[in-house]
Amino acid sequence: MALAKPYLTIPDFTLSPRIDQVGVEERASRFTKRSIKKESKMNGLKLVLNMIDLTTLEGKDTDGKVKQLCYKAMHPHDAIEGIPTVAAVCVYPSMVKVAKKALGDSGIKVASVATAFPSGQAPKDVKIRDTRFAVNEGADEIDMVISRGKFHAGEYQFVFDEIAAIKEACGEARLKVILETGELGTFDKVRRASDIAMHAGADFIKTSTGKIQPAATMPVTLVMLEAIRDFYYATGKMIGMKPAGGISKSKLALHYLVMVKEVLGDAWLNNEWFRFGASSLANDVLMQIVKEQTGLYQAANYFSVD
Amino acid sequence: MAVKAKKTARKSNTIKLKFDTSWSYDPAPESKSAASIKPKYDHFINGAWVKPAGGKYFDSINPANEEKLSEVADGNEADVNKAVSAARNAYEQTWQKMPAKERAKYIFRIARMVQEKARELAIIETLDGGKPIRESRDFDVPTAANHFFYYAGWADKLEYAFPNRKTSALGVAGQIIPWNFPLLMAAWKIAPALATGNTVVLKPAETTPLTALKLAEIIQESDLPPGVVNIITGAGATGADIVNHPDINKIAFTGSTDVGKLIQRAVAGTNKRVTLELGGKAANIIFEDAPLDQAVEGVINGIYFNQGHVCCAGSRLYVQESVAKQVIRKLKDRMETLIVGDPLDKNTDIGAINSRQQLDTIQRYIKIGKQEGAEMYESSCRLPGKGFFCRPTLFTNVAQSNRIAQEEIFGPVLSVLTFRTDDEVIEKANNSPYGLSAGVWTDKGSKIFNLTKRMRAGVVWANTFNKFDPTSPFGGYKESGFGREGGFAWVIALCEFN
Repeated sequence: MALAKPYLTIPDFTLSPRIDQVGVEERASRFTKRSIKKESKMNGLKLVLNMIDLTTLEGKDTDGKVKQLCYKAMHPHDAIEGIPTVAAVCVYPSMVKVAKKALGDSGIKVASVATAFPSGQAPKDVKIRDTRFAVNEGADEIDMVISRGKFHAGEYQFVFDEIAAIKEACGEARLKVILETGELGTFDKVRRASDIAMHAGADFIKTSTGKIQPAATMPVTLVMLEAIRDFYYATGKMIGMKPAGGISKSKLALHYLVMVKEVLGDAWLNNEWFRFGASSLANDVLMQIVKEQTGLYQAANYFSVD
Repeated sequence: MAVKAKKTARKSNTIKLKFDTSWSYDPAPESKSAASIKPKYDHFINGAWVKPAGGKYFDSINPANEEKLSEVADGNEADVNKAVSAARNAYEQTWQKMPAKERAKYIFRIARMVQEKARELAIIETLDGGKPIRESRDFDVPTAANHFFYYAGWADKLEYAFPNRKTSALGVAGQIIPWNFPLLMAAWKIAPALATGNTVVLKPAETTPLTALKLAEIIQESDLPPGVVNIITGAGATGADIVNHPDINKIAFTGSTDVGKLIQRAVAGTNKRVTLELGGKAANIIFEDAPLDQAVEGVINGIYFNQGHVCCAGSRLYVQESVAKQVIRKLKDRMETLIVGDPLDKNTDIGAINSRQQLDTIQRYIKIGKQEGAEMYESSCRLPGKGFFCRPTLFTNVAQSNRIAQEEIFGPVLSVLTFRTDDEVIEKANNSPYGLSAGVWTDKGSKIFNLTKRMRAGVVWANTFNKFDPTSPFGGYKESGFGREGGFAWVIALCEFN
């Protein structure tokens, strides 16, 4: 019965559309030619800030560090009025409870990486327990990694089943599926992994863990946005997008917004459907907002480093 | 269950993306004040500005707002005589005798000066011709400079390029260029002529003379010996005077097929050499295994680049029927994100149609397409109140026998046709009086080679479109002209072999 929905009919992923690298790179660079000025720059910057998943994913993370980050998430720069909050705080499962408590009823989501992040090299039951733990601690969103080794070995069914199992373990939490595009090697594979993730139940697809170079790039994000568009046309189901890692400057973030606007349009231009996974981007955006308001760049010392 | 599936299917037919977003781009116009345009331009003959013999001038307007930019000299036979004799004199007295490496220095100097004045040239190109500043800034002007650089390098290599043969110049080259890439076409014609030791009389199109005249200022400033390059302005009659002048050795013309035929008739029986680069109705072919999103982007750039005023524009799209629906949907989505408007705005994708006359032609063809029963789709963008503008348009359900599939429209109008097999599409693509360019989109290398071998077109692009480079030969089959311009081939066409 459930198979009546077209997106639950599992396609042959080896037939995923092919991607031409040169063409994708050309198209991606075209977005950077848009000139974002005045009001549209200010609105764009605020939108970017509101789409950030403020992230700390370090072995040395402590309660104190996470609490400070949460305060920053709620009050990015109190010296100026009308600054929006970020979208979410992204932490390891062991820090979810601290983050949840610190964020209280601010409306900011807690995202937790899970499934033996960042390598994903663990048995399925460990990954499921990792996920359940994070959800039970209060995570609103789960950022899982796919098994890249299995993917490269052509075991797409394994990758698919794993994502579907994690989706089930998520319950109400939204699932972001990290493809780790820096390890996939070609755009063809990025497209194929995107298709697998979406059909297996991802709510979001995400480029990278931030631990592998290259992380998010505009071409790779474009390939994933186009996969989301094709999936939407085929099924009517919206999937979110999260580029993560390597986006630390406002100008680049605005180029990403241009790309979302021109590939997916209005419905995706909000933090329910588009996120930036970043830690240092927020301060650069704040610096630009202050510059737009006062006409002057302030020293980095005026912005809190958390 | 069947009912449910049907419901979902119906739903997916109504799924639509909305590109008119709450977050939009503010105007980002390039500043007009960075360019200086004189109120009046004379002919550039023998290194000096010379008033037209007939005393007449005509206006050059900005097609984006119909305001007058400047007035330029209207050339007649006397002006052409003056220019040709200056060119002949310069050829015999200085240019022919000058060592090749010295000639190269002048051409390199012009190349650098074009780069130095790139911003001003881009602004004037956009004001005078209507093309978006993004294109004149990122394509026209840099490519023009590249042509001077590339051919400057040829000058002192000619002696070694043809073993056991000696080359010399032809003499005076008469060059008539179109309005779609005014500065680039001027560079494309002048640079190789100078490198091979010829002197030049060039006439830019009457709607877009200003960047060629700006180039004349650069040439004057570069201390190029007087008379080596002469630029005279005027309409078709002035061009005819050049073609018919007995003391010209070589005619190079880029423009419409109709005028090309007139030129060929005029030079028949004379010893003038000719190269003609004329119209086109390029086939852009998408196979079902193609990378579709990139193919769609290539098709969009193939037809809407420079408002479709491109002789090699991919104006006939052949899509394999199994992916036609998907491709057409993708095309329509992409068209919605094209920004039509003020050419000086850095965010504009499609600027103004070059002239009222050309806009009328395009609109006439759109009407013909509708009457022929093809289905028209145009993007929903708003057009500026003043100036000559046309929305990006596509026709589906087009038949091979429709006029919109056969005749060159030279505007932002795409005809979409479908096909089933490789042989069928090759036959249909070749079924045209033109043969300038073609494009093929497929993931399979062998298919590309099969197609390129059998396609009767001067340029065939594979998984890309509209790529130009000074090193690459360019020219057409059939009524798209003859002779190859660009690259080494262009050097050969301008040399006499002794």
